[in-house]
Amino acid sequence: MEFLNSLLEQISTAYDLLAAGWGVQLLWGIGWTLAVTSVSMVIGAVLGSLVAAAKLSHRGRLRFLGESYTTVFRGEPELLIIYLFYYGGTQVLTGVARSTGSIGPTDIVNMPSFLGGVLAVGIISGAYQAEVFRGSFLAIHRGELEAARAYGMSAWLRFRLVIMPQVLRLAVPGLGNVWQLTIKDSALISVTGVAELMLTANKAARSTHHSLLFYTVAGILYLVMTSISTPIFEKAERYTSRSFLRPK
Amino acid sequence: MSASPAAAAKAEPSHDATSAISVKEMRKCFGDHEVLKGISLEAHKGDVISILGSSGSGKSTLLRCINLLETPDSGEVWVGGELIRMKSGQGGHQTPADIRQVERIRADLAMVFQSFNLWSHMTVLENLVAAPVHVQKRPRAECLEQAEALLKRVGIWERRNYYPPHMSGGQQQRAAIARALAMNPKVMLFDEPTSALDPELVGEVLRVMRSLAEEGRTMLVVTHEMGFARDVSSKVMFLHKGEVDSLGEPKEMFARPPTQQFKQFITNFNK
Repeated sequence: MEFLNSLLEQISTAYDLLAAGWGVQLLWGIGWTLAVTSVSMVIGAVLGSLVAAAKLSHRGRLRFLGESYTTVFRGEPELLIIYLFYYGGTQVLTGVARSTGSIGPTDIVNMPSFLGGVLAVGIISGAYQAEVFRGSFLAIHRGELEAARAYGMSAWLRFRLVIMPQVLRLAVPGLGNVWQLTIKDSALISVTGVAELMLTANKAARSTHHSLLFYTVAGILYLVMTSISTPIFEKAERYTSRSFLRPK
Repeated sequence: MSASPAAAAKAEPSHDATSAISVKEMRKCFGDHEVLKGISLEAHKGDVISILGSSGSGKSTLLRCINLLETPDSGEVWVGGELIRMKSGQGGHQTPADIRQVERIRADLAMVFQSFNLWSHMTVLENLVAAPVHVQKRPRAECLEQAEALLKRVGIWERRNYYPPHMSGGQQQRAAIARALAMNPKVMLFDEPTSALDPELVGEVLRVMRSLAEEGRTMLVVTHEMGFARDVSSKVMFLHKGEVDSLGEPKEMFARPPTQQFKQFITNFNK
């Protein structure tokens, strides 16, 4: 009975805290987390396809560049990359601004936190996406590429009509994985001051001293985001691989 | 298009206006192995040439060098009186001088592959209109109309909205032949079109090919189908170890094999 009372009390405190404004803050946090993740995924997709193309190139130098990219950005801790881009970026920007005399000798130009964050997470995401794209390209039936050449398609037409649609189809399951990784990486951006879910939960926990409550709520929200994305990617996979499923 | 005699003479003094494909002294090595040892071939409009040979004789390589899926080390390919221009590239190997020219000529040389090679993410109908619309830049509506007619002709119109992996090998190969016909090709190249098919599906593909031969299409057919070679083709070319061993009129060739090699080849086949 006493236990039940204390539980009810806890719940009502939680309700009060969330209703007092932290709930709305956390919702904003979700919004920023999704924004950071989406923008990073797009940056990663552009970089990833370029890196995959480099790794598949006939030219040794390009292959080396591609290999180096994936080795470095998959092999370094994510947090280090983020610090490098955010604080390193700040240092570079400040240095440039000081040398051109556009700011005073003691002023500082901060790396915009959203930009620095999504660049860092996008570059990491790109390293994983490159591997996904490369594997997908290699899984295309060689004969179909040959047929595209034999029917007079230029390199661009082959890419647009045969390679890209098939790479996308084969890449969907892998991209689902990268999306989950990127959602989790986005939490690290809190160190740059973007008010995404992690930073918001942190702030709430510190200022209310209800760490258990806010980290649990944030944990549940992350889990909701990652689990909702699974059926969405499954649906996408069914759509893009429809030519391989048995017709009804 | 009718070229004036003067223009034709300019293109190639000895050019024969009825020539569809002319291959001169073609050579190709894979590493140390010389697969084609100076092969020449002349196909006139309406010719159906069956190219026979045991595996490793170079017959598929010859076909693939004609549309430059493989780059021949030396030799000339003329298509409809036009030379495919080559230049010497890295390490003494020649490469096409103008990839646009190669792409344009490839569109005139529709190829049918052993493993069909239909684009698996497109429906049959989309497979038939992709290259006509995007490569030949013809109006989509016209291409769709032609594609439906071709699918009726090869007997798989009901399957027009299927994806290739949902069809039998015979149906896929007939779709692939329709895809080739949709290009209105000057010459059709068949690379062992029935070799990947279950025996009971070979007939339906051969029937389509026979009807193409009968309407006067120019065809180069690499095949193991002796019946097709003997009864349908206008010429038989037998390759042995990368050289033309014998070439002639099919009935004559099969009745009186001109060389010991060819005699042995057909005897082995009939066993």
